[in-house]
Amino acid sequence: MAEQHKKRIATASLAGCFGCHMSLLDIDERILDLIELVEFDRSPLNDLKRFTRRCDIGLIEGGCCNEENVHTLRDFRSNCDVLVAIGQCAVMGGLPVMRNAIMHSDDPLKECFDEAYIDSPYLYNPSHQIPNDPALPLILDKVYTCVDVVRVDYQIPGCPPSGDTLWQTLVALINNRPADLPYELIKYD
Amino acid sequence: MDDQTRIVNQACQRVGNDRLRLMDILLDVQRELRCIDHRSIAQIAQQLNCARIEVEEVASFYSFFSSPRKGDIAIRLCDDIVDRFQGMPAIARAFEQQLGIRMGETSADGTFSLDWTPCIGLSDQAPAALINDTPVTRLTPQRVVEIIAELRHHGDPAKLNTAAGEGNNAHPQIAVEVHNQIRHRGAVLLNDAPADAGLDVALTLNSDAILQRIEDSQLRGRGGAGFPTGRKWRTAANTIAEQRYIFCNADEGEPGTFKDRVLLTEHAELMIEGMTIAALAVGAAHGIIYLRGEYSYLKQHLESVLSQRRQQHRLGCSIGGRPGFDFDIRLQLGAGAYMCGEESALISSCEGQRGEPKTRPPFTAERGYLGYPSVVDNVETFCCAARILTRGAAWFRGFGTAASAGTKLFSICGDCDRPGIYELPFGVTVDELLIAAGARDPAAVLVGGPSGELISQTAFERRICFEDLSTAGAVVVFNDRRNILEIVEYYMAFFVEESCGYCTPCRVGNVFLHERISKVRQGLASPQDLAYLQELGDTIAKTSRCGLGQTSPNPILSSLQNFPLVYSALVKERDDGWQAGFDIQRALEESRRLAKRRSFIYDPSYSDSTNSDKEAPA
Ligand SMILES: Cc1cc2nc3c(=O)[nH]c(=O)nc-3n(C[C@H](O)[C@H](O)[C@H](O)COP(=O)(O)O)c2cc1C
Ligand code: SF4
Ligand code: SF4
Ligand code: FES
Repeated sequence: MAEQHKKRIATASLAGCFGCHMSLLDIDERILDLIELVEFDRSPLNDLKRFTRRCDIGLIEGGCCNEENVHTLRDFRSNCDVLVAIGQCAVMGGLPVMRNAIMHSDDPLKECFDEAYIDSPYLYNPSHQIPNDPALPLILDKVYTCVDVVRVDYQIPGCPPSGDTLWQTLVALINNRPADLPYELIKYD
Repeated sequence: MDDQTRIVNQACQRVGNDRLRLMDILLDVQRELRCIDHRSIAQIAQQLNCARIEVEEVASFYSFFSSPRKGDIAIRLCDDIVDRFQGMPAIARAFEQQLGIRMGETSADGTFSLDWTPCIGLSDQAPAALINDTPVTRLTPQRVVEIIAELRHHGDPAKLNTAAGEGNNAHPQIAVEVHNQIRHRGAVLLNDAPADAGLDVALTLNSDAILQRIEDSQLRGRGGAGFPTGRKWRTAANTIAEQRYIFCNADEGEPGTFKDRVLLTEHAELMIEGMTIAALAVGAAHGIIYLRGEYSYLKQHLESVLSQRRQQHRLGCSIGGRPGFDFDIRLQLGAGAYMCGEESALISSCEGQRGEPKTRPPFTAERGYLGYPSVVDNVETFCCAARILTRGAAWFRGFGTAASAGTKLFSICGDCDRPGIYELPFGVTVDELLIAAGARDPAAVLVGGPSGELISQTAFERRICFEDLSTAGAVVVFNDRRNILEIVEYYMAFFVEESCGYCTPCRVGNVFLHERISKVRQGLASPQDLAYLQELGDTIAKTSRCGLGQTSPNPILSSLQNFPLVYSALVKERDDGWQAGFDIQRALEESRRLAKRRSFIYDPSYSDSTNSDKEAPA
């Protein structure tokens, strides 16, 4: 009988600030325990850009603000058994989703670009151009949360969720238990 | 002084510059100037010696008040799903064509405006509309052509050539083409009984004895909630105060409910008799009838009944020769807000405030209008009270079921051959109602309007009474060709529109519910969306501040429960876990246009495969 493999984990940061990943590192020395229990596949933590094999757990930081985010997220859904949205951005859109508030404009996306690159008083943009390098992924009409785009198995609130929260979530998932987080860890006010 | 200033000043003077009568001032200004603009608002504030914002917040609350100018002839079409199913879209198109304007617009010359409005209480004679105060019913596109031609000719909706309906609808003071359509007269309300026999009995009794009779009758409120009327009256009577008030709730805003309209038309005396008995029982000197703006064509008739009763000493000082029994009633018109049917919001409106509910406790029976104990009861409740005094509590209890004494007026509409008013004892089954009304292939019945329950055939043997299915009157029949989710979606839009906005669960939650149900209708939802609807619906019901929010998810919650197959046929789970509701091509359209380039990932010609997502590693 084949030995049970270590749980494989993949992580990605979409339209997020990397704060959630930093929080993952905030588990301090427990990272040594983690390494005993899991092996990391595609993740910015090891700079692996592609899946090498199917993973047990995928952690997603950030929602979708451009086409590449969508592509990555769908890739994660296709390659992970359990998909976990971590942090406010992934769950609700977070700060980036504020641009969705420009919805009563006739041309919301244009208005958003103009504000970001042309009109803002705090701007240094001598060329007065909106960045449009072919290498840049196209932006979406609005910011979408992870559940808008794919089925998500767990959502962990917080901006970012604390190291303890992420640790307890991972320990539960690794042991195939439901993540039963104590109130203090998910209470934000 | 220009015209606008003069009209506004007159409106204020008519009510003695009384801040409490702001509704009447705004109604006058809207009627005469066809809008309430910033100048009028400032002028009213100055006259009433209050802050401008106090006037503006009220003016902006009610749908019949508008800041852009409405036409001299304001046409409002009922947008309820019942009317839609009976051909309203064609009627709306006919109006648009005849007037050369779109829904929501005012004609360039300012003569006509065209708007939607929720149920105007004519659901049994749909499609229906209001032209200024004048209701027109059973519209056809041909009729629309005639109406507009006539209005272009004489310009007065009140003079429209209509065949007035039966009974008092033909009375010179009413004279509208509204039909009572009374299909079944029960023993309590819709039969001829000697006028004021109940009041005459009450005049021989002391307050406690009257309260005792109402309590013994086990009468429960007919406005929806079914609160024991005797207990409410007793609370008001027992609360120590200098004054007490009686309110008659004639707001009848629940879509599909139109039985109060018929009582107001045919039995206004009985209702006022009931109010007078209540005044005697609780010790009130003032009463207010809160009449929904949609029924303002009944105002003149009601006023004349009131003044007739004053002449007969049945209102005013020393009523019926009983020294010290002084009681008079005034009429308060509403201005198009479903919320104002809720008793504490109704009181806010009468106080010249936004129609927002008050925080409870204290309950209105203890502290209501201006802080005084106030009894708010439905039109039908007062009519029952008058009959109970005439015929006795035991007689009344002889009808109905153990916990629901008496008869009930049902207003039946939708897909049936005999829509209209039925007075039947509580405990009647839905099936019996459907047979009486000649329902054809009924597949769903909305009992109690959108805040009630949407039931399916499996529940047609259930009884209508407070123990089982309760309703303030509305019974809306849908046949098996109607789209259940279209019905649900419409009523969610209704709640989104009518939420007063005070608390977040109702104001925001209903918008999310409405969005999500549209997604389900479009076939873009997954099973998680149904779980979301259930969960958010439960949360809104549990956490909303007043009855509107607490019942607003009912169209969704009851249809999820009673029509599970309708939902499961529409939701799909994709094997790949991607959401069917997310369309990447649509999400990129704007961006492609602005960037003037195509997608490297999602446009086939850019990558060498047809769609790189499709060949994502499986
Ligand atoms: C949103 C909402 C709308 C209501 N509309 C009406 C109405 O139009 N007519 C009515 O009699 N009661 C209406 N009610 C119920 C009233 O709040 C109140 O219970 C009723 O007028 C009490 O009278 P009753 O005991 O005679 O039924 C409404 C309640 C809510 C929450
Ligand atoms: S949730 Fe907060 S910490 Fe995490 S990516 Fe968003 S902004 Fe950063
Ligand atoms: S539940 Fe809705 S209608 Fe009631 S107070 Fe809250 S927002 Fe207003
Ligand atoms: S008048 Fe149209 S549904 Fe009531």
